[in-house]
Amino acid sequence: MADIDKEPVDATPNVTEVATVDAASEAEAVAAIDAPVSQGEPILQVRNLVKHFPLTQGVLFKKQVGAVKAVDGISFDLFAGETLGIVGESGCGKSTVAKLLMTLERATAGEVFYKGQDITRLSGRALKAVRRNIQMVFQDPYTSLNPRMTVGDIIGEPYEIHPEVAPKGERRRKVQDLLDVVGLNPEYINRYPHQFSGGQRQRIGIARGLALNPEIIICDEPVSALDVSVQAQVINLMGKLQDEFNLSYLFIAHDLSIVRHISDRVGVMYLGKMAEIGTDEQIYEHPTHPYTQALLSAVPVPDPEAREGRERIILSGDVPSPANPPSGCRFRTRCWKAEDKCATEMPLLAVPERFKGLDSPAAHESACHFAEEKDVVHAA
Amino acid sequence: MTTIDKTAEVPSARSGDDHVGPLLEVRDLHVEFHTRDGVAKAVNGVNYSVNAGETLAVLGESGSGKSVTAQAVMGILDMPPGRIPQGEIFFRGQDMLKMSYEERRSIRGQKIAMIFQDALSSLNPVLTVGYQLGEMFRVHQGLSKKEARAKAIGLMDQVKIPAAAARVSDYPHQFSGGMRQRIMIAMALALEPDLIIADEPTTALDVTVQAQVMDLLAELQREYNMGLILITHDLGVVADVADKIAVMYAGRIVETSPVHEIYKRPAHPYTKGLLESIPRLDQKGQELFAIKGLPPNLLNVPSGCAFNPRCVMAQDICRTDIPPLRPVTERDGTDLVGRGSACHFWKETIHG
Amino acid sequence: MPDLTKTAPVPDETKAPVADPSAVVKADKARSLWGDAWQDLRRNWYFVISAGLIVILLLITAFPGLFTSASPTTGDLVNHFLGKPELSKIGSPEWFGYDGQGRSVYARVIYGTRASVIVGVAVTLAVTLFGGLIGMLSGYFGGWIDALLSGFTNIFLGLPFLLGAMVVLQAFTDRSIWVVVFALAFLGWTQIARVMRGAVITIKQSDFVQAARALGASTPRILFRHILPNVMAPVIVVATISLGVYISAEATLSYLGLGLASPTVSWGMDISGGSAQIRVAQHILIYPSIMLSITVLAFIMLGEAVRNALDPKTR
Repeated sequence: MADIDKEPVDATPNVTEVATVDAASEAEAVAAIDAPVSQGEPILQVRNLVKHFPLTQGVLFKKQVGAVKAVDGISFDLFAGETLGIVGESGCGKSTVAKLLMTLERATAGEVFYKGQDITRLSGRALKAVRRNIQMVFQDPYTSLNPRMTVGDIIGEPYEIHPEVAPKGERRRKVQDLLDVVGLNPEYINRYPHQFSGGQRQRIGIARGLALNPEIIICDEPVSALDVSVQAQVINLMGKLQDEFNLSYLFIAHDLSIVRHISDRVGVMYLGKMAEIGTDEQIYEHPTHPYTQALLSAVPVPDPEAREGRERIILSGDVPSPANPPSGCRFRTRCWKAEDKCATEMPLLAVPERFKGLDSPAAHESACHFAEEKDVVHAA
Repeated sequence: MTTIDKTAEVPSARSGDDHVGPLLEVRDLHVEFHTRDGVAKAVNGVNYSVNAGETLAVLGESGSGKSVTAQAVMGILDMPPGRIPQGEIFFRGQDMLKMSYEERRSIRGQKIAMIFQDALSSLNPVLTVGYQLGEMFRVHQGLSKKEARAKAIGLMDQVKIPAAAARVSDYPHQFSGGMRQRIMIAMALALEPDLIIADEPTTALDVTVQAQVMDLLAELQREYNMGLILITHDLGVVADVADKIAVMYAGRIVETSPVHEIYKRPAHPYTKGLLESIPRLDQKGQELFAIKGLPPNLLNVPSGCAFNPRCVMAQDICRTDIPPLRPVTERDGTDLVGRGSACHFWKETIHG
Repeated sequence: MPDLTKTAPVPDETKAPVADPSAVVKADKARSLWGDAWQDLRRNWYFVISAGLIVILLLITAFPGLFTSASPTTGDLVNHFLGKPELSKIGSPEWFGYDGQGRSVYARVIYGTRASVIVGVAVTLAVTLFGGLIGMLSGYFGGWIDALLSGFTNIFLGLPFLLGAMVVLQAFTDRSIWVVVFALAFLGWTQIARVMRGAVITIKQSDFVQAARALGASTPRILFRHILPNVMAPVIVVATISLGVYISAEATLSYLGLGLASPTVSWGMDISGGSAQIRVAQHILIYPSIMLSITVLAFIMLGEAVRNALDPKTR
């Protein structure tokens, strides 16, 4: 436990109480949030985001005995109109990132700027405006729809919460249009979720996410609960909707093949930290972080011949507990390159020294002291 | 209907009996469930066989009947609501469906063992791992507590759990997902069964841990010369370990093949569609090919070929006649050993 | 911002009617979970029998005069309690015989239904509303609110139910039905509160509640639109089963002389009176006892049937 304290503090502590906003500055914030962003500009900027879940003991007088460091200082940008994929194994904190961006969890520290407004400090009208523009698609289509509501009520609920988006008389038609857009029969409006299959339910979830014309959709493992033959339908639908509505996606998944398929850029997370981030080509064809390389090489490829020529890196052991992560580099306990330096010095996410200034796809941000390129995807 | 091939015939004389032929053979198995909405036909005439030392992968989506078939083989089907109206399951030449309860029980665990997807819920949370592993030896072999514990440690070593002697008294929740799946494998191995049925053994695990567990399973299988039935929905996992593959759809086997060939030249439109709909790690694709429609409702399976509403090649005959599993041949009629397809248009599918 | 309504519809991948046979079979039939449960219940004999009994009991409660012409309170000593039941005279005052004061046992059984059913229903309503509210607030808000309300609940849970009710009743000289209702509800709400709290904690974490929060839904909307409809099932089951328990608790209290008092007619009081005469006239004891058992059983059976219909695991 002692080594945790030695970690460099890379985030300024956040104010925990909600910042009091007067009416004028709130109106200003709402105006900023509703302003359009042009294609390719950053729409969401995450800076040193931290989420620690306290571990407490005692019933009445709770004493904090530690913390699960689910997200521990993460920074990235999401550009308008792009898809940023976030991959990692269970416990790496990728789903917590989604909850933080949706302000479903309050960040321990760090900022999330949406069009220049720090959404971790917003409240009231401004926060509601943000929630209109950032929507989410959940992993499990069986639990993310209220079983006691009809499909029409589920997809129409966003309009009841944000009545300014659609006048009452138009809502039913809008819901039917949405059903049509996601490829469901508009006549199904009075049915209940349990009358649909998993793939159809996920379409309902997507329709609910689209209802308010959002700019960003955060997708937390949107297809991992679906059958293989249905996954492709949903992935294609999401790709088509992105073009149609100029959406920006943050696509969180553990399936590297699907992430590659849909993403423009990819970030790889390990134990609450970003290990490597770059364009899909940089990450998949020219990975420099050993964890990314191991992850890619472990993906089963449905082609025994392509498989035989590939180098496989089989990591030993399991992911350590985020309540007690290793000192220095988090990956060092499973890394074949680890040296003493890795235990004492935490590698920062930056373009590695040896690739700086090079016009090579390997020159992208990677948090490793010994970053080097290695092709693990193609047969040798 | 033809039975699945008998490639890689291995003598199954490990336990000293003189039965020749496949270790396990399922013939024309039907399973149905009586629900309040009607009769769900989960398995509709499945044939397959496994030899000692061989791995059969049964591939299918949810509702394809792949797990139900395995439960019927294992004898752990809930009856009612389940019912087996027809079929035979031969283990070493004996029909298990005709055996007494006691005979079946003696096979279960000792001769055929099963590994489940969710290791946490398959282990008893209030008993130590060592106790649960040792129980097999105490009950079936009458060993003392001390001997059973030593055996348990040995097993944990064998499935490569680090510091086995120190962890034998730990409870299931103290292990990580990958380690728990190893314990499940150890339990299945305890009595050195002839056949292991693994139902989605790595689905709940992370990619980097999946590879470890699959490798371990393959290694142990070779060591003990066991038969292995691997039930999965993941075409990638299959490619690594299986010898032959049976693709299931709506309770039927629609294609069988030695594993390498199916990826190169699928002979059923469903297999072909599945392969084309998976994004590839090594290439950035455009729009994915997607099989249209939904998996069938087992209460109301489409007439003819169950896949016909979703099939790009469907003709009138597909809506009326159920295609039997036919042997697949080369263009010139040469036999393709072990290949079969239940499609009226398998020639067009495999030969373009 | 893009306008959804202007986009061209996508080629439909799931609309093809043959692709979803269930859609053809049950075309446009919206089946809610309650609707499904109802389909289940209709075919369940337990439900049919218990519901039938309860309907009869409710009729007796509302219109006792329809079932007997005799008065339960005026006795004629001509009808001495040794006057045995005349079982062939169904529905007549002498059907179940007479008690020591010459009152018709049948009439008393009929009129006694009212007290039992009113106590059962009123206590259940009070307990469900109060306990449900406490449990919901405690489960939803958590933190110190939960610590406070759970502590409060546990204190009441620590009080013995019947003994506590007796002590409460001692404080009242005029023991009307409503006083008994108060005494039972005062101590009985904890079970519902605990069931409600547990259910709310489970539902609160589901994705659809998170989804509503992410949309910016207000707390009342989340509580009443999303959480409440999903926790009603276990609460209804517990409430129905405990309705029977409250009826027997009322009878017990009345038997002990601490519950209802004359001139109110109650099975408990009659059982008490009958047990004094058990050697000479068993019928005074037997008929109210049978009615009490049937009533309690009917509610418990109803609760069980509803539980099976609502529990998704039995599907």
